[in-house]
Amino acid sequence: MAVLPPGVSADNFAAAIREFEAAIGKEWVMTSDEDLVPYRDHFSYIKDQPNELVPSAAVGPDTTEQVQAIVRTANKYKIPLYAISTGKNFAYGGPSPNVRGSVTVDLKRMNRILEVNDKRHYAVVEPGVSYIDLYRRIKEHGLKVWIDTPDPGWGSLIGNAMDHGIGYTMGFYRDHFGAHTGMEVVLPSGEIMRTGMGALPGSNSWHEYRHGFGPDPSGLFGQGNFGIVTKMGFRLMPQPEHWRNGLVTVPKRADLIPLVDTVNYITDLGLAGEPWYGSPLTALARNREFLDAAASFNESAMDRLAAEANLHSWQVELQFYGSEKTTLAQWEYAKELVARAIPNARLTDGESLPVPLTPEQIDQTTGPYPTNMRRNVTQGVPGLGVWYMVGRTEQSPNTWNETHIGLFSLVARTGEAVMQAQKDFAEITQQLGTPSLFPSALGTPVNWYQFAFIMGNGFGMSMGENTPEGKKRATERLRQVLKENARRGYGDYRGPPLLQDDVADQYSFNDYVLRRFNEKLKDAIDPNGVLSPGRAGVWPAAYRSMRGGLRG
Amino acid sequence: MKPTTLRSTTALVLLLCGAAANAQDGASAERGKAKFEHSCAPCHAAGPGDDGRPMLPGTEALTLKYRGTIPAVLEQRTDLTAPVIKAFVRSGTFSMPPFRKTELTDAEIDDIAAYIAQTSKLR
Repeated sequence: MAVLPPGVSADNFAAAIREFEAAIGKEWVMTSDEDLVPYRDHFSYIKDQPNELVPSAAVGPDTTEQVQAIVRTANKYKIPLYAISTGKNFAYGGPSPNVRGSVTVDLKRMNRILEVNDKRHYAVVEPGVSYIDLYRRIKEHGLKVWIDTPDPGWGSLIGNAMDHGIGYTMGFYRDHFGAHTGMEVVLPSGEIMRTGMGALPGSNSWHEYRHGFGPDPSGLFGQGNFGIVTKMGFRLMPQPEHWRNGLVTVPKRADLIPLVDTVNYITDLGLAGEPWYGSPLTALARNREFLDAAASFNESAMDRLAAEANLHSWQVELQFYGSEKTTLAQWEYAKELVARAIPNARLTDGESLPVPLTPEQIDQTTGPYPTNMRRNVTQGVPGLGVWYMVGRTEQSPNTWNETHIGLFSLVARTGEAVMQAQKDFAEITQQLGTPSLFPSALGTPVNWYQFAFIMGNGFGMSMGENTPEGKKRATERLRQVLKENARRGYGDYRGPPLLQDDVADQYSFNDYVLRRFNEKLKDAIDPNGVLSPGRAGVWPAAYRSMRGGLRG
Repeated sequence: MKPTTLRSTTALVLLLCGAAANAQDGASAERGKAKFEHSCAPCHAAGPGDDGRPMLPGTEALTLKYRGTIPAVLEQRTDLTAPVIKAFVRSGTFSMPPFRKTELTDAEIDDIAAYIAQTSKLR
């Protein structure tokens, strides 16, 4: 399946490969089909198709200087590069590039933890460092800081932040890009740039004040293609002494409105960590009468059936970090606020545990009430336990979810907006002739980025579509979902290369001025367009004709 | 040199070679243990999974696949030679994605095989 980069002759490609080999060593320049298998997207919707996003080669530099040499060679031969860190961005394309035939710059070998500071609360890492790596280093050295891990934890801190990933502890730390403290970047010219106080030679506060002076371009590197980040700092939460949780449930569907307002107040004051919303009404997901009421969004019927089943309509689990006394005070105050807003809310004390929790306490899922909370990530403990979601199941032991893809839409952080999104998403799936088996009325907001809700609309829509034709159908449906989402004011925050042009199309204000602005910058900063052309829908001039090319 | 001495010397050399080989195997298995714990155990170890699940995802998947005919925990397997591990690691299987040489070198896979060979004897 050998492929060449677009527009590059076999001779020039061979010459570039020789230069890569001279720069980083023959062992770390991979061109054979066998070596390139792991650089394909294991969950690709276009696997083995003529347009599958496979690389022409992969290079594994060990140092920033080697990255510079690779970028310079790429410019010389006009070869598109695609940088990956740990390559585990599954559901969003994994390690596969936006342009078939790109050379993948695999930064996994750059796996040094450069600093962990448990007095000033930050870490500085290279791209190959995973959450699991940093967690282990902190444990080995008994440092009093926590990481904020996504699930699963094999991903790179830098890679996750670059794709705007999130975690599950306190709001401030959960926005991984937002919690960065400065970065070092190899620019398309091959120069090294440092942002924030890193631009001041000899500064001892690089990772404390990320703005430095003047415009801060660091945002361009998140979901961007303006450079290859080779070092980056992240704020770390000081290890709290105590953790406590509690459950709030409210009886009626419309009670979600004051509930969200109250929880927003609690979390935005910094009193609680990630709130975990849920719906106890999932217990009625097999009740025919309830399903009919849910399908037509008959609110009074849903409330009546909930009351008859002695169920509340919504729940939110709150969690608190601090000392035993402060977490108790925070929970007591949260209860008071909820009771004021929703007098018939039910408030249940959870557990109150000294930190660090024991492995048994982390595994505990019963407690005073059944919990939806994935406790390991609330404690900053990375793992791969959640990977069961894409594997064999008791019901389907001989298959797996090979169409694992992530599509989540931003929804305003109000109860009204959540209930409207439920209706909108139900209508969209009806329109496309793929009504979900799970009632949309039971869809819950995910507050995984502190200041916004995200709700799944499209995630899992393609389950069972494992044939090439099925995957094609599913891709078309997902494109329609994205289009319809945008028509109704919902934008998605992330997507695989296969759908990035479609997601980018959602952001069309003022005749796509944002995209035009980004592409003007791209052309100025990367005139040959060699760095990740097409990433997040930003196409450099040399490749701009490829926009939307995967829609064929 | 008398024949007996020759025999004794040969035996000693063989013994030393064997000891050196064992020491090498031991060092390889030791390295393999660290690498296994880093790269394989998060999915394939014994012990509970997250969120109240009884097993980690890799072990759970192999339990469903083999239904007890062979152990689901990799450290208990007697059939995982280096070429077998390499085939799974480099190509992936089902929900397990393939791993690149930058993540696990061929030599590190050999070490993991040495470690599993050691642990499988302890069953």
